[in-house]
Amino acid sequence: MHFLICLKQVPDSSEVRIDPATNTLIREGVPSIINPYDAHALEEAMRLKEKFGGKVTIISMGPPQAKEALRKAMTFGADRAILLSDRMFAGSDSLATAYILTVAIQTINDTDPVDVVLCGKEAIDGDTAQTGPGIAERLGYEQLTYVIKIRDMDQSSITVERKMEDGREVLKAKLPVLITVEKELNDLRYASLPNMMKAAAYEPEVWEAKRLPFDPSQMGLKGSPTSVSRIFAPPAKSGGEILDGLQDPVGTAVNVVEKMFQQNIIMVHPLAKGGR
Amino acid sequence: METFDVIIVGGGPAGLSAAISAAKRGMRTCVIERGDYPGTKNVMGGVLYTWATDKVVPEFWLEAPLERPVIEQRYGILSGNEILSVAYRDPDWDHPPYNAHTVLRVKFDRWLAKQAESAGAMIITETVVHDLLYQGQEVVGVRTGRQEGDLGAKIVILAEGVNNFVAQKAGLAKPLNAENVAVVVKEIISLTPEKIEDRFCLETNQGATIELFGESTQGMLGTAFIYTNKDSISIGVGVLLHPLIHTKWTPHDLLEAFKAKLYVKRLLQGGETKEYLAHLIPEGGYNAMPRLYRQGVMVVGDTAMFVNAIHREGSNLAMTSGKIAGEVAAEAIHAGDVSEANLRHYEKRVRDSFIIKDLYKFRKTGNFFEENPHLLKLYPEIACNAMKVFFTANETPKKEVYKNMMKMTFKKRSRSELTKDIIHAWRAFQ
Repeated sequence: MHFLICLKQVPDSSEVRIDPATNTLIREGVPSIINPYDAHALEEAMRLKEKFGGKVTIISMGPPQAKEALRKAMTFGADRAILLSDRMFAGSDSLATAYILTVAIQTINDTDPVDVVLCGKEAIDGDTAQTGPGIAERLGYEQLTYVIKIRDMDQSSITVERKMEDGREVLKAKLPVLITVEKELNDLRYASLPNMMKAAAYEPEVWEAKRLPFDPSQMGLKGSPTSVSRIFAPPAKSGGEILDGLQDPVGTAVNVVEKMFQQNIIMVHPLAKGGR
Repeated sequence: METFDVIIVGGGPAGLSAAISAAKRGMRTCVIERGDYPGTKNVMGGVLYTWATDKVVPEFWLEAPLERPVIEQRYGILSGNEILSVAYRDPDWDHPPYNAHTVLRVKFDRWLAKQAESAGAMIITETVVHDLLYQGQEVVGVRTGRQEGDLGAKIVILAEGVNNFVAQKAGLAKPLNAENVAVVVKEIISLTPEKIEDRFCLETNQGATIELFGESTQGMLGTAFIYTNKDSISIGVGVLLHPLIHTKWTPHDLLEAFKAKLYVKRLLQGGETKEYLAHLIPEGGYNAMPRLYRQGVMVVGDTAMFVNAIHREGSNLAMTSGKIAGEVAAEAIHAGDVSEANLRHYEKRVRDSFIIKDLYKFRKTGNFFEENPHLLKLYPEIACNAMKVFFTANETPKKEVYKNMMKMTFKKRSRSELTKDIIHAWRAFQ
């Protein structure tokens, strides 16, 4: 079994702020981390490898600094890490990024067939959740998104639980498959010392654009139809209304119930007798 | 089990200097650091001395992330909102060979770690060393908190900082006590370079430091400091733990009280607090030094109590001791003899250097100030009062002014008490 993880280095969102004057992200001085969802994808790949055997390859697209994230990812015990890094990739939106990653995965697949591609459900710096599905479409793989549990897997199929708004959905799909994962899927490991040392000495492979059969019109700014017109911080939630219950408790209670009806927080069941 | 020549516990200036000097001498070297990367857990006031750093990384100023070269050092005493200070400024300190720079440790230590890696050392982060590894009585490595976490080493250098857990377990160091450690709280306050340069009378590539005694620490043994960075100010207060725990002051309140002083407030005006840091500083000095070596082990930097509190030097002692330990480790391993008798050379060389000579020189000063708490309360007041009278121009003839200065002084401290203080002070610095 060959497990492949798409991993992104993202700014630590807890430390990113928006410049109120220009409405752009202030990235300067913000530490970078592995996109948290991707870390859970990697953890799951390691568990699957430990259970079913095989190997784990990590790919990432980003500037040369993203090597740090890959080296960190290697502490999980992965076998190989590849950084796709080229000026021609810069400015890619999720469509172009999915294209670039797809070409890379196909190249890897030619020599070393991939059975399962794992991605985080989304990156915390963009929250689009498009890249994973975009890759699956281009690869022609089955896609299972928002996975919170892998129930079973064999040589030809995989059964997972997906997180839905109102429950869980159990799906079975043929391999090869692409799955995007939620954090609930697993708990991240505390790497062993030998893996820490292997990672510290590991030099990720760097693939430039010329190495792969790319169509330049589909990547970088040229291949990115998305344009960001504005970024803004959501307005802070205003505090709730406070009703004084000391003066007239009964009146206040009636008032509260009235407001709850108005806002459809509670409603009268259609079959209830007497109504309000 | 993987085995190295030298394992260094802790990635601060002492440990990284040891790593650089050992790796440069061909030793397979590994630094084990508990933080995300070297620098994340490391705190000092913020002055890095050129001489010692240059010995570890020659001409480091060409590449290292430094803030400003220090061209002016001001020392002063605070009494209420009065301040009496003396400053020395040498504009020649703004270019090589410099004397000192202000730094932010998160950036500088990370850079120094890269130098260690370039020299060939391996740096393992987010990993805590719990104990030394023994074979019989011999130290043969370290035990970390990770799975399969044992690592072999011919020599272990303990650079774990003020929290000397491993050195304690190894029976080399004693637990810290309140007389031997100071607590420092510090804020980094952002301010535009233009404002910093205006307020401190600096050119764009120059920096200044201020240390204030007296009421800046509420009379407790310690100092408050203000250092200029590129676009921020490091401000902090450090006091010995022992007097602090006998007052109602919390470290945070001490810093707030210092920041509220008119002189300080004006320097910081318009700034925004970006970071809040706190750390212990080992100030026990000569008499509180641990055993510095045993078979297979050397102790460096803060773990060895190598801090000169009187001259607020620490990183230079740390780096120099680390460098010496790295050299001694390489020599011992080349000679195939890591016995206690052979590692004695480490202590000998540290004793012959300024490190222990300076600690010895000031071995009595800590006690002296502790036993005479009035010194840092009374004398700032006396000095400020005297200067006020001296500079005040009114109808009083100068002859009487001088007499009044004397009178006021002797009212607060009698001639005999004053004489005694002077003699005691003189003895304390012998």
